[in-house]
Amino acid sequence: MTTTFPPRTHAVLDGTADPDTPLAAEPRRSTSTRGLSDHIALAGAAVAALSLAALLVTRMIPAANLGGFVVIAYSLFLVLYGVLVALEHDRRKVRDRLASVAMHSAAVVTLVALSFVVVFTFWRGHQALVHLNFFTHDLQLTGPLDPLTSGGALHAEVGTLIEITIALLIVVPLGLAGAVYLNEATGRLVKFVRTVVEAMTALPAILAGLFILASVILTLGLVKSGLAAALAVCVMMLPIIVRASDVVLRLVPGSLREASLALGAPRWRTAWHVVLPTARSGLTTAVLLATARGIGETSPVLITAGYGASLNLDPTKGPMVSLPLLTFVLSHSPEHTMVIRAFGAGATLLALVFVLFALARVFGGRAAGELSPRAQRSRARQSQEDYNRFIDRDHARRLGSSYAT
Amino acid sequence: MRSAAGGADRVFGLSLRGAGLTVLLIMGTIGLFLFFQGSQALGESGWKFLTTQAWEPDSHNFGIATVIPLTILIAAVAVIFAVPLATGVALYISEYAPRRLRRALVNIIDLMAAVPGVVYGLWGFYFLNPTIIPLARFLSSHLGWFPLLGIHDANANDPLQTETIYESSTFVAGVVVALVITPTICSVMRESFFQAPVGEREGAYALGATRWGMICNVVLPFGRGGMIGGTMLGLGRALGETIAVYSVMTPVFHLQTEILRSGTNAVAPLIALKFEAASPFGLSALFAAGLALFFLTLLVNFGASAVIARTRSGQLSEA
Repeated sequence: MTTTFPPRTHAVLDGTADPDTPLAAEPRRSTSTRGLSDHIALAGAAVAALSLAALLVTRMIPAANLGGFVVIAYSLFLVLYGVLVALEHDRRKVRDRLASVAMHSAAVVTLVALSFVVVFTFWRGHQALVHLNFFTHDLQLTGPLDPLTSGGALHAEVGTLIEITIALLIVVPLGLAGAVYLNEATGRLVKFVRTVVEAMTALPAILAGLFILASVILTLGLVKSGLAAALAVCVMMLPIIVRASDVVLRLVPGSLREASLALGAPRWRTAWHVVLPTARSGLTTAVLLATARGIGETSPVLITAGYGASLNLDPTKGPMVSLPLLTFVLSHSPEHTMVIRAFGAGATLLALVFVLFALARVFGGRAAGELSPRAQRSRARQSQEDYNRFIDRDHARRLGSSYAT
Repeated sequence: MRSAAGGADRVFGLSLRGAGLTVLLIMGTIGLFLFFQGSQALGESGWKFLTTQAWEPDSHNFGIATVIPLTILIAAVAVIFAVPLATGVALYISEYAPRRLRRALVNIIDLMAAVPGVVYGLWGFYFLNPTIIPLARFLSSHLGWFPLLGIHDANANDPLQTETIYESSTFVAGVVVALVITPTICSVMRESFFQAPVGEREGAYALGATRWGMICNVVLPFGRGGMIGGTMLGLGRALGETIAVYSVMTPVFHLQTEILRSGTNAVAPLIALKFEAASPFGLSALFAAGLALFFLTLLVNFGASAVIARTRSGQLSEA
């Protein structure tokens, strides 16, 4: 094993720390060493950098735009702040302060950029979203020049629901069974299956679409339809669900499994009544997050679903559009209103993903075996029932044996 | 002892094995199907498939010498932008953020990892593409001496020259993909930074380290596996990203390595672009291209899982 931390801290670990206790549970001490002068230096550097940059941009580099101003101001700020800190401290502190500034700015830049992507979608799509017909009509009778009060994304919403339902009906049982197989069975095959699944987790989504095109559509002769799209989404989601559930199931304490087996329960009962319920929360998260991925992926449905502008409730016949596909197709339209509809469909898709994510956080996120209050109450009720059942059985047995003698 | 339960257990074991084998079958035959469908085109073109830049399957002149290098270039641009940002955010979340903010930030980043690529594509085409022109012009005119950054026939001082030369380039596609993969990379890195034990952190502080010193000597060494693994994972996603790239790119079919110049291409968007109007032979060629992408991502994934597996076992023995 490679040593990855300074050797002199070995003694601390080996001597005192008990490897079984979670180290994160130790209370954290405040290690802040910043005083008033640090805050003043920070503020001063910021003000100086802004003014200097403003001077430069307005008087000396007239070609610079807002982006240039930000870049100049930021670099000036780094230099000035470094100089100010260096007046009081040594080089180590200077490096520390500059690194701190860099981390904070990385976080701000990334979060602003990512939230901007979301806000931009809703902002550009809001004109379509405020009309109710966007959710209750399809695009069958809507011409390219029709205003936003005509037509909508109903066909895509329904298509998304139908496709994801079919996909979940296939992929949840198969994926969970696969994950249980990885955990309950033994042998070389298990290892092989796990390796293959892990390698497939990052399979480009478009290859899932190509696979269904090659196997189901070209070889088996199915037409491009909602069913084919659902199968493509299945192939894309399967490794994600198996892998995430496998990780969750591995966290189920072995002692629970052994206790169940020791009480004489067969293996299928152990899996069904002990292992799966213990990991329920984590499994829910795994399924919901995979659903969020599956619902938003465009490329597999692009290849397998076909595109149509009207509502289609039959997944076996005719093209079936889903929200990501509609977003994609409309966004390439030259018509302004169609582009707004694309943003509307994208925003609807985003909202759907957010709901799934929120559900995952509400229902999931608990460690294996940790119960919500409601589950705890139902567990207590169940064991009370079991207790009564055993008492009754004993009673009946005693009566029976007294008759026999 | 071998009672009804034994029979039920045998059924259970068999059905589990069936599920496992089904999963294996689906996952394992992807490559096979791509190969069978693509074999016609591969047989026709032979080794020229690897060296031809054009994509004209119907005149039997096609290859991946444009799309594979450009796929890698886009992914490289994406990784260059995404990895420092993701590292910064992950370190911020694990080391600098106030504890109350931390959970919210973790949730936001995980949520962003679930945002569909098509939404990033919309943003890339309608916002980033026109907005990035000044930056691209600045880079190409001032840093044009740097490999890949120059545009040989662009002149920033010529007012008659159209600005679209800076749009829809490899650079733009790379930046959009960078946003797609940053949350994924950040998620993996953050988790591994959290693993750095409190004892070592406080040990470093007790020896007089500044926070940055502590990060360099404790957090980063502990999280190295996660950093490499996260980067590889992001790289894998960047190689396979379809829609975000398709939305912003102007397709080219000759190897165009000036990354700021309009026009780029990649395997996955090529498939999305061409499959609809493709003849049976053209489709076969697209399957062959898909197979090439398949091998490329497999390579990256196996590398990633090898790295992650190695460092994870290392951490267990040390922590």
